[in-house]
Amino acid sequence: MAQVSIRVNGRVRKGDVEPRLLLAHFLREHLNLTGTHVGCDTSQCGACTVLIDGRSAKSCTIFAVQADGCDVTTIEGLARDGQLHPLQEGFWEEHGLQCGYCTPGMIMSAVDLLNDNPTPSERDIREGIAGNFCRCTGYQHIVNAIQYAANKAARK
Amino acid sequence: MIPTAFEYVRATSLDDALAKLAASKGEGKFIAGGHSIVPLMKLRLSQPKVLIDIARIPGLSGIREKDGRIEIGAATVHHDVATSALLRKQCPVLCDTAAAIGDPQVRNRGTLGGSLAHGDPSADYPASMLALDAGIHMNGPKGWRVVKASEFFQGLFTVDLAHDEIITGVQFTPVRAAAYAKLHQRASHYAIVGVAAALDASDGRIRSARIGLTGAGPCAIRLRKVEEALAGKTASTDSITAAARHAAADVQTVNSDLHASEEYRRAMVPVFTRRALEAALTRLQRG
Repeated sequence: MAQVSIRVNGRVRKGDVEPRLLLAHFLREHLNLTGTHVGCDTSQCGACTVLIDGRSAKSCTIFAVQADGCDVTTIEGLARDGQLHPLQEGFWEEHGLQCGYCTPGMIMSAVDLLNDNPTPSERDIREGIAGNFCRCTGYQHIVNAIQYAANKAARK
Repeated sequence: MIPTAFEYVRATSLDDALAKLAASKGEGKFIAGGHSIVPLMKLRLSQPKVLIDIARIPGLSGIREKDGRIEIGAATVHHDVATSALLRKQCPVLCDTAAAIGDPQVRNRGTLGGSLAHGDPSADYPASMLALDAGIHMNGPKGWRVVKASEFFQGLFTVDLAHDEIITGVQFTPVRAAAYAKLHQRASHYAIVGVAAALDASDGRIRSARIGLTGAGPCAIRLRKVEEALAGKTASTDSITAAARHAAADVQTVNSDLHASEEYRRAMVPVFTRRALEAALTRLQRG
């Protein structure tokens, strides 16, 4: 067993884990943060995307021990004081989800995208979510939802 | 998917990494970004007993300029190569290559050294390493050595790196007139065919060209017949179009899988060779 100490959504979480435990399973099963989904489990679909030290990463392709000492943000860490994050609001307003399975990963990728590029073009958005699959194929509304969040931030 | 159990240790220096690898008695593997080895471990195609994390070794990542050469540390993630201002200015082909790898999440974690050591036939970096004539630097019990990219890629998942060695980085002379063109697999974004072309020209004439091809065969190769066809020719679209036709002649074994048949890959090699050369020519003409 290995000791890990990971700051998850602003709170330090410690645990004794097997080195082979994936970060996605640490979040879901040890911390009960089930907003992070496991889709393909082969590093392709992006449903398990979280932020590690501010950058998007597929938590099905990282062992929890590798994230020891890191800062991890999951979908549960975005809303503040009961107020949806602008991206969550965008997905609500623009019908950015159908079945909802890909949504947490889509949103976490979009957070990374907007941090790098607050005023993305439609193409930038599509490239920014190239590592996330929506099997409902609802990409157009997802792009609109991300654009909504970017526009909202620009108005401030 | 759950890998077999292993022991996890973190290396604090290059010497420490090599000592830990030696102590594992052939049962250890390095991990940096983990984007090649973790998927293999989950499929149990790789079952190391010890995983040695080298991601946090000071000095193993970063992009530096040194005496007209550029040095990239093995643990540098693709995102940092793709967005490097130094490379964008002096050697944009590497930014383009790194930006074409996988997707944003993969580029945030995957590393240059990991990609090279893994030797995937569809990886992007090998094409550019060949076109830049990069030296791959490695360290091991017998000391340092440098292997030229043209000798490093030897076959399917086979590179000139001993099991007791570690890649520390790559070095190359930057080339502005170079470009990468890629046909990517839609889900994984791996290269079905990827071509990197670098041109050395003066007074409108091509002195020499170096062209690296990835994705088509068991490992990345130089397209020597195209290079020969370009040497001494006018730097023009016509010479490029004519030379690119030789690309198929350089390719012996061609992969065939569910993403692309052998026939399709063979047809795409000259197409992407021409596109890479055209983009390199555009950079040459813009200066």
